[in-house]
Amino acid sequence: MATTDNPLVLDPFRAAGAERWKVIDASMQDGDLTFEADVAIVGTGAGGGTAAEILVEAGLTVLLIEEGPLRSSSEFRMREAEVYPDLYQESAARKTKDKAINILQGRCVGGGTTVNWTSSFRTPDTTLRRWAADYGLTGFGAADLAPWFERMEARLSIAPWVVPPNANNDALARGAAALGIATASIRRNVKNCWDLGYCGMGCPVNAKQSMLVTTIPGALARGATLVTRARAVALEMQGDRVTALRCVAMDARGNDPTSRQLTVRARAFVSAAGAIGTPALLLRSRVPDPAGVVGKRTFLHPTVVSAALMPETVAAWAGAPQSIYSDHFLDTLPPDGPMGYKLEAPPLHPVLAAITLPNHGAAHAGWMREMPRLQVLIALLRDGFVPDSPGGTVVLRDDGTPVLDYPFSPYVWDGARRAFLSMAEIQFAAGARRVMPIHGEGAAYATWGAAKAAIDGFTLAPLTTTVVSAHVMGGSPLGPDPKRAAVDAAGRYHHLANLYVMDGSLFPTSIGANPQLSIYGIVARLADGLARTLAPRA
Amino acid sequence: MTSRRTFLVAGVAAGAALSLAWWLRGGRDAGSVPADGTDALSALDAQAPSIIAAIVPVMLDGALPAAAAQRAEAIRETVANVSSTVAGLPPSARNELSELFALLAFAPARLAVARVSAPWAQAERADVAAFLEHWRTSRFALLRSAYDALHQLVLAAWYANPKSWAAIGYPGPPALL
Repeated sequence: MATTDNPLVLDPFRAAGAERWKVIDASMQDGDLTFEADVAIVGTGAGGGTAAEILVEAGLTVLLIEEGPLRSSSEFRMREAEVYPDLYQESAARKTKDKAINILQGRCVGGGTTVNWTSSFRTPDTTLRRWAADYGLTGFGAADLAPWFERMEARLSIAPWVVPPNANNDALARGAAALGIATASIRRNVKNCWDLGYCGMGCPVNAKQSMLVTTIPGALARGATLVTRARAVALEMQGDRVTALRCVAMDARGNDPTSRQLTVRARAFVSAAGAIGTPALLLRSRVPDPAGVVGKRTFLHPTVVSAALMPETVAAWAGAPQSIYSDHFLDTLPPDGPMGYKLEAPPLHPVLAAITLPNHGAAHAGWMREMPRLQVLIALLRDGFVPDSPGGTVVLRDDGTPVLDYPFSPYVWDGARRAFLSMAEIQFAAGARRVMPIHGEGAAYATWGAAKAAIDGFTLAPLTTTVVSAHVMGGSPLGPDPKRAAVDAAGRYHHLANLYVMDGSLFPTSIGANPQLSIYGIVARLADGLARTLAPRA
Repeated sequence: MTSRRTFLVAGVAAGAALSLAWWLRGGRDAGSVPADGTDALSALDAQAPSIIAAIVPVMLDGALPAAAAQRAEAIRETVANVSSTVAGLPPSARNELSELFALLAFAPARLAVARVSAPWAQAERADVAAFLEHWRTSRFALLRSAYDALHQLVLAAWYANPKSWAAIGYPGPPALL
């Protein structure tokens, strides 16, 4: 990536003192390497970053292993052509096994937090109560977690967003209000935000308080070691303990492993590789898993999309990407009833718009020419709350890389259909001239009545209905019962004494909200517990 | 109107041809790609550029510049961007796309599954348009997923190019200084 040196922006990785940090790019090394630390952490996203700083502050030596590259604000030029191959898993084109769902996940130092849209929600009460009732998880109520959320909210400057929403988000507020549907403002993890709208491409001004500019520099400044472009291949075990982690150096593009090995020895190992990466590491390692829970019940918030043509300019690429949401269709349905969904608005940039709009040729080009007036809503379906919504399963390909097998059920399609209806009705209420539910039929409707009739008749099917996801959760769930959960309430793997999980794979169900703050808060508590176990204070 | 039977024949042929393409390439080991990932189209069949070049004008109908010279340049750059996108994917995705292009390059499959009568470099535009529409609306998820792959590759390759932005009213990223 080219660099843009902006005197108004302090890049922590280029600031005075950073030259002393221990950062190793494994793709640039000639031979095999061996590392030792008190704690080895796989992954540098919301989980790994949070854990690293807490463990280092307790006086422990920490090694962070990241498969992606280290990029920082000096290199963030807000260009999709550079960002997707560099900062996202599989060039932002990661798919489920049948290719029906496109998954956006980060793959860089800071993980998803480097490229997310900054939306910050505490884990909803409904979700925490479900974990207690259905999975016997005690000590994870709203009051139990409140101090951990407060701690991370302070650390990451999570606060109400007082700037007026951009036109894309304002349409959600306006349309919902006209229909008597409640909306609220989204809290964001930003400081001195420039309201640019490019959070998904790496914040070029370091306003976003991602792991990249907070906990990871914090950990490095206190002596942690960061190894980038290294893939964690497998844990080695003896008895009930993990003795070493075997990694392989990736090549400079980060997609192909080289023959160079890295061996990591540590007292404790933390997997924070995300809800596809963590189950994959455990499966490759053949960890004891008598009940076969690892990789099962992996959730996505399957997301459907509705585009609207507004009479006025929307410019959905500009301004804070997400500032308004509605939980009306979560709060007004019983959690064990029909599938609920959260409504939000996404940012719109040329490549993301082009690959999401259906069809091709003149029809597609016509919609692309309307991009300045396009308003877009997304509905995030809350999966995992009923037996009809069991989520997916992480499986390994022959080359050991993971893929998520996520079958659809009629329950999910019913939720998708109601979500298309809700979004279209809100968009017409906000003044839309035309609404196009993003679906293979690719037709646009001029009235709410016409849209409703069409959506009621849609054939909803994989690879006909466009479904996307930016939130992978579950697959290594928390819980006291080893028959149903992978890790105990301390985050420790049920069948190994020194293996911990600290990322979104911990969640027994989907969250029902953008998950970053759920990961920060829960991991802060688990990492604090691990720090006390390894470095007990007098 | 294509009959149900034609769809079934096409689906069976697609499955068989994908297997055949895989077998012709010598199975998984011979199908693996260079470890350095830099050699873009060596990851694909040698015919891939002509296949992509035939698809681009149809996929981007109404989006490409009208003037002949700029249009030819836009097509050339889009084909090149597709190649570099493929080269930047992980091995599993590269292998799958390699199989897809090997299938399309294989003349019997091109005729039976894509129903494009001439070799790709001489393919009729109407044939290519019918092929894309057939796969887009196929009752077989396999063919719809192959259409999706082409849709995503070609549209991303063009709209990542700043030359596409003026026509869609996108001002580009803001200047920070």
